[in-house]
Amino acid sequence: MARLARLQLGEQELEPMARELSAVLDHIAKIAELDLEGVAPTSHVVELTGALRADEPRPSLEREIALAQAPAVDDDGFAVPSPQA
Amino acid sequence: MSDLLELTAARAAAAIERGEVGAEELFAFYRERAQRDAGASGDGLNCFTWVADGPADTPSPGWGKEPGGAAGGPLLGVPLAVKDLFCTKGVPSQSGSRILEGYRPPYTASAVGKLTGAGATLLAKTNQDEFAMGSSTENSAYGPTLNPWDRARVPGGSSGGSAAAVAAGLAPWALGTDTGGSIRQPAALCGIVGLKPTYGSVSRYGMIAFASSLDQAGPLTRDVTDAALMLRHMVGRDGCDATSLQFPHEVELPRGERLDGVRLGVPAELTGEGIEAGVLSAFRAALERAEELGAELHEIALPHAPHGLSAYYVLAPAEASSNLARFDGVRYGARAQDATDLLDMYTRTRHDGFGAEVKRRIMLGTYALSSGYYDAYYGRAQRVRTKIAEDFATAFAAVDLIVTPTAPTVAFKLGEKTGDPLSMYLNDYCTVPMSLAGIPAISIPCGLSEGLPVGLQLAGPAFSESRMLDAAYALETALQFDGSGAYA
Amino acid sequence: MPELEPVIGLEIHVQLATRTKMFCGCGLSFGEPPNTRTCPVCLGLPGSLPVANAQAVHFGLMIGLALGSELAPRSIFHRKNYFYPDLPKGYQISQYDEPLCLGGRLGDVRIHRVHLEEDAAKLTHVGESGRIHGSDESVVDFNRGGTPLAEIVTEPDIRTAEQASEWLKLLRTTLRALGVSDVNMEEGSLRCDANISLRPAGTEELGTKTELKNMNSFRFIERGIKAEVERQRKLIEGGGQVVQETLHFDPNSGAISSLRSKEEAHDYRYFPEPDLLPVAIDERMLAAAREAMTELPADRAERFEREHSLSAESAQLLAFRSELGDYFEASLAAAGDPAPPAQALANWVAGDLVSRLGEGEDPADSNVEPAALATLVAMVSGKQVSVGAGRQVLDKLVAEGGDPAAIVESEGLAAIGGGDELAPIVAAALEANPDAAQRVREGNAKAIGPIIGAVMRETKGRADGGEVTRLVNEQLGI
Repeated sequence: MARLARLQLGEQELEPMARELSAVLDHIAKIAELDLEGVAPTSHVVELTGALRADEPRPSLEREIALAQAPAVDDDGFAVPSPQA
Repeated sequence: MSDLLELTAARAAAAIERGEVGAEELFAFYRERAQRDAGASGDGLNCFTWVADGPADTPSPGWGKEPGGAAGGPLLGVPLAVKDLFCTKGVPSQSGSRILEGYRPPYTASAVGKLTGAGATLLAKTNQDEFAMGSSTENSAYGPTLNPWDRARVPGGSSGGSAAAVAAGLAPWALGTDTGGSIRQPAALCGIVGLKPTYGSVSRYGMIAFASSLDQAGPLTRDVTDAALMLRHMVGRDGCDATSLQFPHEVELPRGERLDGVRLGVPAELTGEGIEAGVLSAFRAALERAEELGAELHEIALPHAPHGLSAYYVLAPAEASSNLARFDGVRYGARAQDATDLLDMYTRTRHDGFGAEVKRRIMLGTYALSSGYYDAYYGRAQRVRTKIAEDFATAFAAVDLIVTPTAPTVAFKLGEKTGDPLSMYLNDYCTVPMSLAGIPAISIPCGLSEGLPVGLQLAGPAFSESRMLDAAYALETALQFDGSGAYA
Repeated sequence: MPELEPVIGLEIHVQLATRTKMFCGCGLSFGEPPNTRTCPVCLGLPGSLPVANAQAVHFGLMIGLALGSELAPRSIFHRKNYFYPDLPKGYQISQYDEPLCLGGRLGDVRIHRVHLEEDAAKLTHVGESGRIHGSDESVVDFNRGGTPLAEIVTEPDIRTAEQASEWLKLLRTTLRALGVSDVNMEEGSLRCDANISLRPAGTEELGTKTELKNMNSFRFIERGIKAEVERQRKLIEGGGQVVQETLHFDPNSGAISSLRSKEEAHDYRYFPEPDLLPVAIDERMLAAAREAMTELPADRAERFEREHSLSAESAQLLAFRSELGDYFEASLAAAGDPAPPAQALANWVAGDLVSRLGEGEDPADSNVEPAALATLVAMVSGKQVSVGAGRQVLDKLVAEGGDPAAIVESEGLAAIGGGDELAPIVAAALEANPDAAQRVREGNAKAIGPIIGAVMRETKGRADGGEVTRLVNEQLGI
């Protein structure tokens, strides 16, 4: 699970984290007891649709600004370690 | 000088407009107070992560010109403290996290822009629980904020810095965000007013996201009038936020000192078990005052409200786990040094940059969404959400507003709940259902318990802010709560 | 071992020709300098929010209409969560179980679904050859990130590599005709992955499939699919089992290699995108999409058959390569009097002209003016020029352009049709080829070949073949 979330948990963190998560999950699991037959899920509280945007260009950021906060820059781009094979 | 301190935001704006008070003078006054607290390291309340170090940026035409001659916005010259997670161009916006330490966004959040466009000036950024995850501001990477009523106690969270700043008179008013109670609960614990608007009424563009379907910006203020004033200038459809809505009418400043004919619903599920005795008695006393003002109390049921916390602690972490995936060290923020490869860079960056609570919620959220568990957790939580909304709809057919204590306890001691996440989550027990349903709610101080403030929450149907504010105002006027004792 | 049949499905990504990106107002980039077409949204800056492009939805609807799909009255966006440097938010906004379009068909292949999503950014690997393997650092350019994509997924109805390639060309022509995309494989506005499995012929159950990715030309797709089918066939016939994996085809070596080792299966943790509202198709949007529909290849072919009495095969050839159809119609429109017969013109366009141009070259870009070809074909049909001579004229037109009549004049290519000019030449040819002449006299029609050949050489191809045959028979007394 940690790997999926790209989190690395240190030795000391693993056990307490597991314990805490367990406790929370037990509490949350109560919703399993509810009868939710035929209830539609709410994926959007706002009951509207659409809100589409017109296809009109807006100004982009200046490159210097886009790169300004980058931890590593190379060749006008964001530098990262290469992905593994 | 202390006259300035007594001015609420609304009165300050009026005074500036009449020429009685200079905008620059007022800004300098608060800036000095804020800087004093920020610089007091150890002795201060630690409300702020950034304070303006000079005169305010000129926000609108007429700023600082001859008194009374300004043709600026209605909020002209009133200093505003803004929660750290709002992007403020060129000013650190860190959402209380190490992973964004020193991050200065190239743009400003729409909600902040609307307020400064109306004349408010950016005084400071306030401390918060990291990524808005918490109910005590103890999860901030920049140290906890202290409660001005008792510096050994928490101010609540996640908008603890904003709440404490207002309560201590270090800022006339502040902007915060509420996801499961993060405006209302700290407002209650600090004895001030906090409002969470109808979901969608304030643009989320530029708010560093925690849980997208729940986050809402809102005011933390000394009184209900100020809350109405800020809300009035923040609402409205924003083309940059697809989930933002046009508020159906203008938000009026509240008036009226009676509650005749107002039907208040009291839900058994949120006003009994689990609420501290002192909180309950202050709450009940306030209800009596409401009756004296002509309100009708009705017992109502919100049968699924007790499951709100469970649903919330599935949905919010799930959305958060996705929203926080962008913090990967590639384009901004912290990046782990000397990474051996990409995976190492990702994992170490996030391990070092995120605090324990954030990691906990990311894990929880990732789990809730993962293959095989989606239906049992996320899917079910979505359905619980539907039921809670239905409960409210049913209730509002019989009553105008619902009333509960805002938080189950008064301000607790620093460190008291940090060892037990579950006990910390219970702080949101009364506030989470309104967040899940997307309906507006306000907390006003209604009394003291053991010398600490107790908050009363009013909730109404979507877009009922004006009616809710009127009722809150009437109650506030009758209760005459005095929070000036907490001023720093 | 029963015979194994390939079962192939295609997954196509089409970059839509909107002006701005899928979820922000940045203009689309065509080779702009790196990171000059970005904004808080497509950079995934904290606090940014997506807003969907109405034109992309419009194009999506047009694609659905063209493919005969069912347009979902309500569709939603989902987040597809995974980590990669070219994915700024750590998730891609896509569509999952409520896509824009479901079902449909194009030609003999059924469509499974069509949905909208955003493109990833461009990751360049600093190191030799720009390949992923063997480089230390990568650089990300976010110009492309956020470009609107339509993903079209077919049912596994395809059975051969050639069919895949041909069908893809049809899809490309169709989308080009709609005007929703440049659909240029070399530029990356059309990308195709193939899902390939084998099963015993005549069975229904699907075998384990592999995914072949990143093939960027029709030829490579065909070769890649062929190679993978072969690889699976050998594996299965050798008693092995196909492993589900993502593969890469190297067109240089012809080798198939694994693209990603799957230490962890991708769990994308799809959930509905809370920052975007559902897309509801209303009457106005539907009407706008219908109105914007252009003539599709299948319809064009049918019209060619009907209006110009073209054979089904010719009609399809011209309709499925829109530039040929366009040229054909332009030529017809520019024709003088007498006009060339439509079928003859069709044959010349799809046959003689195309074979003289570069692969995939648009005849409109050549030196042959549509009016010129119309004139040439009219001249051939009117027997002013023989077929052979006509081809020589075409060679000239292709090389230098010009007017066919003038070329015939200057090259002296006019047909020798009249018996006066031709008769002595035929006589001479008969005399020079007595054996052949004898065999023809004896009834062996095929033996006329060398005689005709001699006449053609003498007349530099200007003689009309039919007329030569008639004269030969006449002079031989047949």
